[in-house]
Amino acid sequence: MKIFIPTPLRQYAAGKDTVDVGASTVAGALDELTQAHPDLRKHLFTGEGKVRAFVNVYLNDEDVRYLPEKDATKVSATDTLSIIPSIAGGACRKDNGVFCT
Amino acid sequence: MLRMAKAVYEAIRSHGEETYPHECCGALLGRAGKDGWQIEACVKAGNTRTDSAHNRYQIAPVELVRIEREARQRGLSIGGFYHSHPDHPAQWSQTDFAEAHWLGCSYVITAVEQGKAAATNSFLLAGTAEEDKRFDFEPIVIVE
Repeated sequence: MKIFIPTPLRQYAAGKDTVDVGASTVAGALDELTQAHPDLRKHLFTGEGKVRAFVNVYLNDEDVRYLPEKDATKVSATDTLSIIPSIAGGACRKDNGVFCT
Repeated sequence: MLRMAKAVYEAIRSHGEETYPHECCGALLGRAGKDGWQIEACVKAGNTRTDSAHNRYQIAPVELVRIEREARQRGLSIGGFYHSHPDHPAQWSQTDFAEAHWLGCSYVITAVEQGKAAATNSFLLAGTAEEDKRFDFEPIVIVE
């Protein structure tokens, strides 16, 4: 299967935008990816080995977190895995009431 | 330095006016240059923060997946993102910074004052990781 690497992480994957892996599950695919490109690991996973909160992993168009078997979901050669850091923000920090400039 | 096609520059500013008083958002597609991104196209995205759209924005990850797919098909990469600050300066906020994770990409902000686009600024998310990231102001060069 193909794993699509987002722009900011390509520098840690030898500049590649796509990495081919032969794993049979999502977790296996991510493991194979980080075995081949160890510098990716700290950008994708916390120290406890969990995918960082702001990193989204999509199997085709499905968020892996919401799949019944999550990262144990089986994959085939025609599937794609997208790694997508989240995008959000805004003019004001509401949680502490401070308006930013 | 962020080089941006004039049509893109005008499109992102118009988008901010269209969605006023809510924030607009979208992705910038282009090619990496020696001294910054060269943006050739933009893709409008929906703001999923309907609960607080006047001062927050968020792009659904599945929409990002589709935008990245479109970029790849066009031979381009996601080089940054844009959003608007309705009645607020075109400066990054603490929220923008905390939720910025695309290192090496440009974050473009347009101030929209009373419905009219005012200043547009770009900030490069520099650094090597979450721990040392920072926003660096970068000039926008409009390319005809």
